[in-house]
Order: sequence, then C-alpha cells, then structure tokens
Amino acid sequence: MLLQQLINGLTLGSVYALIALGYTMVYGILELINFAHGEIYMLGAYLGIIILGFLTAAGLTAYSVPLALALTLLLTVIFSASYGFTVEKIAYRPLRSAPKLSPLISAIGVSIFLQNYVMITQGATDKVFPSLVGNAGFSVLSTRITFLQASIIVVSGIIMALLHAFIRKTRTGKAMRAVAQDRSMASLVGINTDTIISVTFIIGSGLAAVAGLMVSMYYGLVNYFIGYSAGIKAFTAAVLGGIGNIPGAMFGGILLGLIESLGSAYISSEYKDVYAFIILIVILLVRPSGLLGRDAEEKI
Amino acid sequence: MITIPESFSRTLLRSGIISLWSALLFLPFKGLRASALLFGLLFLSVLLLTFAGSWVSSQLAKTAAVRERVRRSLPEDRRYLLLFLLPALAIPFAAQNYLIDVAVLAGIYIILALGLNVVVGYTGLLNLGFVAYYAIGAYSFALLNTKLSLGFWSAMPFAVIITTLAGFLFAVPALRLKGDYLALVTLGFGEIVRITLNNWDSFTNGPNGIGGITAPTLAGMSIETLSAYYYLVLFFVLVSIVVIGRVQRSSIGRAWIALREDEIAASAMGIPSTLYKLYSVSFGAFWAGIAGCLFAAKMRFISPESFTFMESVLVLCMVILGGLGSIGGVIVGAVILVILPEILREVQMYRMLALGAGIVLLMIFRPQGLFGGKVVSSRY
Repeated sequence: MLLQQLINGLTLGSVYALIALGYTMVYGILELINFAHGEIYMLGAYLGIIILGFLTAAGLTAYSVPLALALTLLLTVIFSASYGFTVEKIAYRPLRSAPKLSPLISAIGVSIFLQNYVMITQGATDKVFPSLVGNAGFSVLSTRITFLQASIIVVSGIIMALLHAFIRKTRTGKAMRAVAQDRSMASLVGINTDTIISVTFIIGSGLAAVAGLMVSMYYGLVNYFIGYSAGIKAFTAAVLGGIGNIPGAMFGGILLGLIESLGSAYISSEYKDVYAFIILIVILLVRPSGLLGRDAEEKI
Repeated sequence: MITIPESFSRTLLRSGIISLWSALLFLPFKGLRASALLFGLLFLSVLLLTFAGSWVSSQLAKTAAVRERVRRSLPEDRRYLLLFLLPALAIPFAAQNYLIDVAVLAGIYIILALGLNVVVGYTGLLNLGFVAYYAIGAYSFALLNTKLSLGFWSAMPFAVIITTLAGFLFAVPALRLKGDYLALVTLGFGEIVRITLNNWDSFTNGPNGIGGITAPTLAGMSIETLSAYYYLVLFFVLVSIVVIGRVQRSSIGRAWIALREDEIAASAMGIPSTLYKLYSVSFGAFWAGIAGCLFAAKMRFISPESFTFMESVLVLCMVILGGLGSIGGVIVGAVILVILPEILREVQMYRMLALGAGIVLLMIFRPQGLFGGKVVSSRY
C-alpha cells in the first residue's frame, strides 16, 4: 500500500516537476509568475489528443504505435512551444518596463483567454485519450507498476537531465544563466536578452506540453480547466524547491507529488487540492527562498 | 504602441505574417476551413487597424487640449457629483424588475470593489483571493441568520466583525511577503476558504449551500420588494463611498498611498508599515463583509459556487478597469462589468474570452485604467 502510493506520487511528482521547470526558469529571468503556464500544459494535453486522432485517421497508428506516439509528442511540443512563444511576445514583452504587477495581471488575462479558447473550439465536455498502451505492467515487491507509470518517470528523468546539461554546458544555457543573474549586465556583454527570454518560454512550454501529453495518457481524460490547478501545484513545487532554482523545481515537484498522494491516501482525499495551497503558504511564510534556494537579497 | 506604417508593402507583409502565424496556431483546434477564415479576417483587421490606428491616435492627440480644458472647467467643489445620485434614486420607478435586479447586483459589487480598491489601489497589495472575505461575510451572515435566527440588523454586525477579524488574522502572517508572492498567498487563502466551505458538510452544508435566509426588516416592516432592497443597497453604497473617501483623505489614507509609492521612504518618515498594511487589509475585508451580507440577504441562498477564483479576478478587473485608487473609476468599472455580461448574453460563450483578451489589452495600452490619473507608480 505504502509502496504503491509512493509510485503513484512519484509519477504525479515527475509531471509536476516538468511543469514547475517552466515556472522556475521564467521566474528566474523575468521575476514574473507566468500564470498562463498551466494553460500551456492544458493545451499540450489537448493537442496530444487532437494530433493523435489525426494520425490515427491517417492510418499511422494502425501501422506503428510507437511511431505515432513519437510523432504526436514532437508535433505537440512544437505547437505548444509556439503558443508559449506567442503569449510571451503579445502579453509580456510590451510590459517589460511596466510596474511589476502589470505582467502578472496580464498573465491572468492570458490564462482566462486560453481556457475559454479551448472550451469554445473543443467543447466543454471531457476529451478522451485513446488507450494505446493499456494497463500492462510489471510487479516489484508486490507493487504493481504500469508501463505507462514507468515511462512517465523515466521520460521525465531523461528530460530533466538533458535540461540540466543544456543549462550548464551550452552557450545558450550560459546566456540564460547570465540573463537570470542580471539582465542589463547581460545585454551589455552582447547577449540578446529578448531572444534568450523567448528561448526560455519555448523550452518551458515544450516541457509543459510533454507533461500535458503524459498526463492525458495517464488519466485518459482531459478538460479545459485542468491547467489552473496543475499550474498552481507546479508553482507550489517551484516555490518549494526554491524559485529560480532548476534542480529545486525537480526536487519540489517530486516532493509535492509524494505529499499529495500520501496525504490523500492517509489523511483525506476530499482536501487533496488544499495540501498544495497549505504547503505554498507555509513555505512562503517560513522559508520563502525554498528548501534548496539561497536567501535572496532584497534589491532596493 | 501604434506604429505608423513605413510603406504599404511592409504593412502587407506584417499583417500577412501575423495572420498566417495565428492561423497556423489555430489549425489543430478547429480544422482547415476555420483557420483559413481566421487568416482572412485577421489579415484584413490587422491591415485596417494599422491604418485606422495611426489615424485615431492623431485624432486623439488633437482632442487632448480640448479634454484638458473640459477638465479645468469643472468646478473645484465636487458637490456637483451628487447629481449622479438622481438617476440612481430613480431606477426603481423607471425600470422593470430585471433592471432593478441588475442594479442591486451592481451596488453589491461596487461595495466589494471599493473594498478591494483600498487594499490594491491605495496600499498597493495585490490580492487575488479577495472573494474569500466576501464568502466569509456571506456565510457568517447566513449561518447566524438560519441557525441562530438573528435578523438582518443584528446578524450583520457580527458577520462583518467576523470578516474583519478574518482579514486581520490572515494578514498578520501574510504581510511578511511582498509583491507577487503576497498575491499568490492570497490566492491560496481564497481557494482554501472555498474548498473548506465546499467540504465541511456538517457546518456549511457543503456544495448544496445554505438556503432559507430571511429578508431584512426595517422598523418592523420586511424589506421584501426588490425596490425596497435596492434602496437598502444604495444606502450602503453611499455610506461606503463617503467613509472610504474620507478615510482616503485622512492621515491613514495618505500613509497607505505613501506605502504604495515607496515603502522604504514611508518607513523612514515614521510610518509603521506593517501596522498600516494591517489596517488596510482589515478595512478592505470590512467592506467585503458588508457586501457578503447584502449578497446573502438578497439571494436568500448561498453556495460555494459563488465564491470562485474567477469572482476574485472579476472584482480585481472592476478595480483595474476603472482606475486603481480612484473611487469614481472603481464605481464605473463595477457598473460596466456587471452590465456588460447582461448585454452580451447573446454571445455568452465569448464573454470570458473577451474578458481575458480585454485584461491583456488594458494592461498593455492603459494600465492606469479608464479614469485613473497618475495613481500607479512605477514601483508599485
């Protein structure tokens, strides 16, 4: 029972971690809580269903399931990343020098817009993700792990490792860290900060889309309002690990997933959605820099 | 914001790129035909907007001098604003029940938005869960009324005190945070209150809500007709305008604005910042409590559904639309956002879509709101 809950928590947690990375990267660079990030995740879930449906109609799924899934993943990521890029360009870029709360309010507007955009075009009812992988799985220590759970955990792990290497090793990654440290200084040494910010949004949205696709496969159902609570939880995960801190977001996501699944198993499942909020409030009050974060000096 | 086109061909290219990109993004959601339609529509409207935009902005620049003269010609003594009261008093005589109903709702929202304006507009503390206080006010009132069978006038003070206290108690820890972190914590508070109301079946009756709230009485008469209730709400609206306006001009109000503009400078001038922020949040919660009581007494039935995050956003929009920190602006913002959905009932589906896009556009083109002057500072 406990082990089963741990596996469920780990699955959920890796998804939260993927979404949290987008929050944390954007916050690190712009100090903006990208409220619309959860909606990109929701778009990813929908796009996955739509694109897979299209590929199935074209006969690709009957030909080879892995190929169809891989193509779905690729197209979903491309489309969602384009949405993230566009949102930044329209709703945040004109507000670069505005008072700090204007972009946050603008982000809330984007979030409302995207939710209703999907509701109008796709309908308000649940969408079903066709079950391709089924419930097959294996047992370890009398605990059942489905292949889907295992692949969610493994895929998230690989993506996070790749992202970590990207940020640490590549030129673009180095530029991202520089912009996060000091935007005007970075532009003085010849980094095009606007491009770097766009890249950050593209990567973050791509990760959220992967998360969305995997969740819609895992639960089999998506709705247009799933972005809101997933967004809040992922943000909580980012804060939990220390916002702006990439390993922190991964750690926070997994921790939150574990807390949630253990909490709903052993305390009460009715209040499942409250745990994240309580953790968010407590962490912000007690240790606002997060578990892994360093204390930030207040800029005057 | 509006660029004057360098040449026609460049404008064509630009609108072509914008509409092609949007159509591509739209493609998976509604198919090829709808995307082609969107492409055409967007292409024409971007083209039109580019030309119309530069024309409109040049016209607006011409009217600037005229607007300034009109503003100067208004008398210094603002008592002429009382004239606005006449149509407000006349509403029940002229209109059908439906319109009075909308007016009552507008009145309740005005009080709520004025309360939020104290916190967000004057003190500069963004609150994304303001509806929690509204909910606490409404639920305390409903529970006092139905379980202890207290009347309107005896239940209301208790409910308002409970709400103010809730605002105070929550603010004590929360005010250690600043800016968007504070906003997130208030959002969390709002959600916790709603989920608790929804799940605490034995006390709040869960999602089924509380019904059977009695109508208020005045001097032994029950205020049951809609018109009578309208005047009751109007009375509270006037009280809130007068009281909030006077507090704003008092030393407390000036301290709030000083804190909003520059907290460090304000503290250096001897304003105890946390204490004054506590005043602000409690004062805001006080009005949310009154609005909650009025809402519960009008509806005779309340359920957690009325107190969602969207409601908080809506009230925030009222405050921002009219202009942060301006009482007149907030009233206009509240009235617009209550009436607009009623007018747009035909195209109900697109209402929220338009609200979302409207928020973004407002932030980009007019962050100070329709009537806000120089109230939003860069530090805020």
